[in-house]
Amino acid sequence: MKRLGPLDLYRHLPKTNCGECGEKTCMAFASQIIERTVKLTDCPYLKGSHLEALIKMTSPAVRQVVFGKKSPVKIGGEDVLYRHELTYFNETAIAIDVDDRMTDDELLERVAYVTNFSHERIGQELTLQAVAIKNVSQDPAVFAECVQKVAAKTDKALIVCSFLPESLEAALSVCDDNPLLYAATKDTWEQVGGLAMKYDCPVVAFADNNLSELKSVVHALQSMGLKDIAVDPGIHPENLSATVNEFVEIRRVSMNEDDTMNCPIIGIPAACTNPMEEVMSAALMIDRFADLLIFHTTDMYAVLPVITLRQNIYTDPRRPVSVDAGLRTFGTPTKESPLLATTNFALTYYTVASDIESSGLNAYLLVFDTEGLGVEASVAGGQLDAYKAKEAIEKTQVKDVVSHKKIIIPGMAARISGELEQISGWEVLVGPRDSSGIPEFLNKRWN
Amino acid sequence: MDIERLLKVLGDAEELELENVDILAEELELVMTSVPRPQLPVRVGYKDLSFEKPLEEFPGGVSVVRFGNTSQDGGTRSHSVFVGGEKTMPFYRFEAENPYNPVVAFDVFDMPIGLAKPVKIHYQEVMEDPAEWAKLCVDKYGADMVTIHLISTDPTIKDTPVSEAVKTVEEVLQAVKVPIIIGGSGNPDKDPEVLEKAAEAAEGERVMLNSASLNLDYKRVAKAAMDYGHVVLSWTQLDINDQKTLNRHLFGMGVQKEDMLIDPTTAALGYGLEYSFSIMERMRLAALKGDKDLQCPIASGTTNAWGAREAWMKESPVEGETWGDRMKRGPLWEAVSALSLALAGCDMFMMMCPTSVALFKEMISQLTGDPDMRPASTWLMGVGQ
Ligand code: SF4
Repeated sequence: MKRLGPLDLYRHLPKTNCGECGEKTCMAFASQIIERTVKLTDCPYLKGSHLEALIKMTSPAVRQVVFGKKSPVKIGGEDVLYRHELTYFNETAIAIDVDDRMTDDELLERVAYVTNFSHERIGQELTLQAVAIKNVSQDPAVFAECVQKVAAKTDKALIVCSFLPESLEAALSVCDDNPLLYAATKDTWEQVGGLAMKYDCPVVAFADNNLSELKSVVHALQSMGLKDIAVDPGIHPENLSATVNEFVEIRRVSMNEDDTMNCPIIGIPAACTNPMEEVMSAALMIDRFADLLIFHTTDMYAVLPVITLRQNIYTDPRRPVSVDAGLRTFGTPTKESPLLATTNFALTYYTVASDIESSGLNAYLLVFDTEGLGVEASVAGGQLDAYKAKEAIEKTQVKDVVSHKKIIIPGMAARISGELEQISGWEVLVGPRDSSGIPEFLNKRWN
Repeated sequence: MDIERLLKVLGDAEELELENVDILAEELELVMTSVPRPQLPVRVGYKDLSFEKPLEEFPGGVSVVRFGNTSQDGGTRSHSVFVGGEKTMPFYRFEAENPYNPVVAFDVFDMPIGLAKPVKIHYQEVMEDPAEWAKLCVDKYGADMVTIHLISTDPTIKDTPVSEAVKTVEEVLQAVKVPIIIGGSGNPDKDPEVLEKAAEAAEGERVMLNSASLNLDYKRVAKAAMDYGHVVLSWTQLDINDQKTLNRHLFGMGVQKEDMLIDPTTAALGYGLEYSFSIMERMRLAALKGDKDLQCPIASGTTNAWGAREAWMKESPVEGETWGDRMKRGPLWEAVSALSLALAGCDMFMMMCPTSVALFKEMISQLTGDPDMRPASTWLMGVGQ
């Protein structure tokens, strides 16, 4: 597997520590390159074939492909098969499909949906990345008109989808935002590849359930000088075993330094015939290496689990599981402000914190050291009990901070309330089971 | 040695052979990365290439665990259920066929509990009667197995006496013929006794005891499993090293890997699922690579997915925001969690919502079967939704 360390790279740097790249030393520069926070071209002394060779050496196992000029979407660029081996870099991009047979109302409504979509989850803004336009009419003129309408209404990146090269050409004549071209096949690679060259667009290679053919198409496109190629091995919503096996095979050869098939992978849950199955296939593809999904259903019950799973899988696993224990303040609390408590599992903490912040409350939050476990788990596992809670109350000297002697513990920790009251002498209120209920709880129970 | 000079010499070398070299250093790290030269241009054209399957061979594997004894083995179950035996990662069929499919055990509780609406509608008639509840899961929803959770035994809940809990287990064993799992209340002081007595009452049936963990007297639980011929669940909390430690203790007591499942805790989708996902993936890869501490099938309390607010809440608590139909959203939450963990290596799923189970099982049947397919290009022709 291809995994460079800073030392591997350092050997090929000037080693003068001149600092012109903005890093103090060449070694520091090498580390930042590995972390992808700086570019090789930031060092003015790397030139010509040496620079090119280093770029190749440091390029990720899966090539990164970018489409869209106004809102660029990066796909691929991964260095590992499994997230725990390092981290994933570019989260699975999600495109919503439209087609050139839709009424204007439906078309523009779907385009607006993608453009305006924003969902805040635990301090992160989750969005959709692109619109995939299908040439269902099979008519180049109809397709071009549709692409033009979409392009006029959104800055999101576009994927133009047709197996007819004439349709793709018509689309490109009205859209200069570097859309992703879908797709080049065994029969059309030369024409579609030619369009990709002419308009400088990335292109998708497609072959139906035949990886040798897919590799041949990619190779043919590469032979023309194209580099930005993604692959679709054919999605079979009625046989996802074929799909997932092909995804895994492609991603594994990328890790084995195959320089033809090291392409980002496209999955098309939109091919499913019902929304529930579509969500399940999308989940499967996110878990198994898809870099871009084309999705159809826009109901929130279907989109929410998909973007939530993506948020989970693409979280950097090197991020700490816990936050520091201790007393936090929100807003500008006084001595009379409520005292809430939670655990130091990062996710629990950020969920609670964002609920308190978004409701604009002035409050104290006592963060227990539960060894990075959530409320339910730490109560079950004994990392949070009445004695540990009492210890935290004493250690933070919160009695000097608030004038009351009341603490609100999470609803899931109700089990410890009686004992905590006895041993600490504090009045223990059992709060809501979910921190979204805090404002309402305070309204009712906090004078 | 002049390292700089050596590196310079090596920089251009593709291969290096050391002869008659004595290495004095305790540890010598040779990093050999040659700088690749830019490729020569290829001739433009289509060439039929062949894709070589990137096969890996794993030296290790996962044990097979059997649940349930039939009359042949001295029990009263209608059939046994098997999990484990993997030789490769789940559903990597291009590499090898794993022998058994994931199994779903439905959760049944010994007292009525609070449930989200999409789950409750299926069980509200039977919540007072665990035997009826178990029967419904098997007869109507096709449960492979059933877990009876003796939560009412918790002194802070109902403090149901052990003798009564044992009766509940017996009733469930009467009511259903599938293999069962017996769960405690999570109270570390009482669980060992509850599980010991339940194990005794279920002798010969080959149930699973849920669970042995580091925060209770796991030796008593493991010993009960061994004494009465049951399987034991080794449960830890999102820490792979704890899991290895506990497993080693249990193996050290004489528990066989054919008699044990491991459960590193399931965090809900959106609330740490990635921890469970990666721990399971790491555990399974380690097992395949030969780590003897982890070569047991993996179990998940997938029902935990319902702890996510997006699963159980009727609607978003944020003003003006909608989360869509809860009757679909909730079941998807549990089903997506199950599917993700199945891909990471999980073998057994303790679940609750019949809709979730149906969605999950449909995926499993696709991932393990060979259904016919229509041409993939049809999605672009407007066929689909
Ligand atoms: S600019 Fe180049 S030579 Fe100077 S410190 Fe940075 S990497 Fe080293």
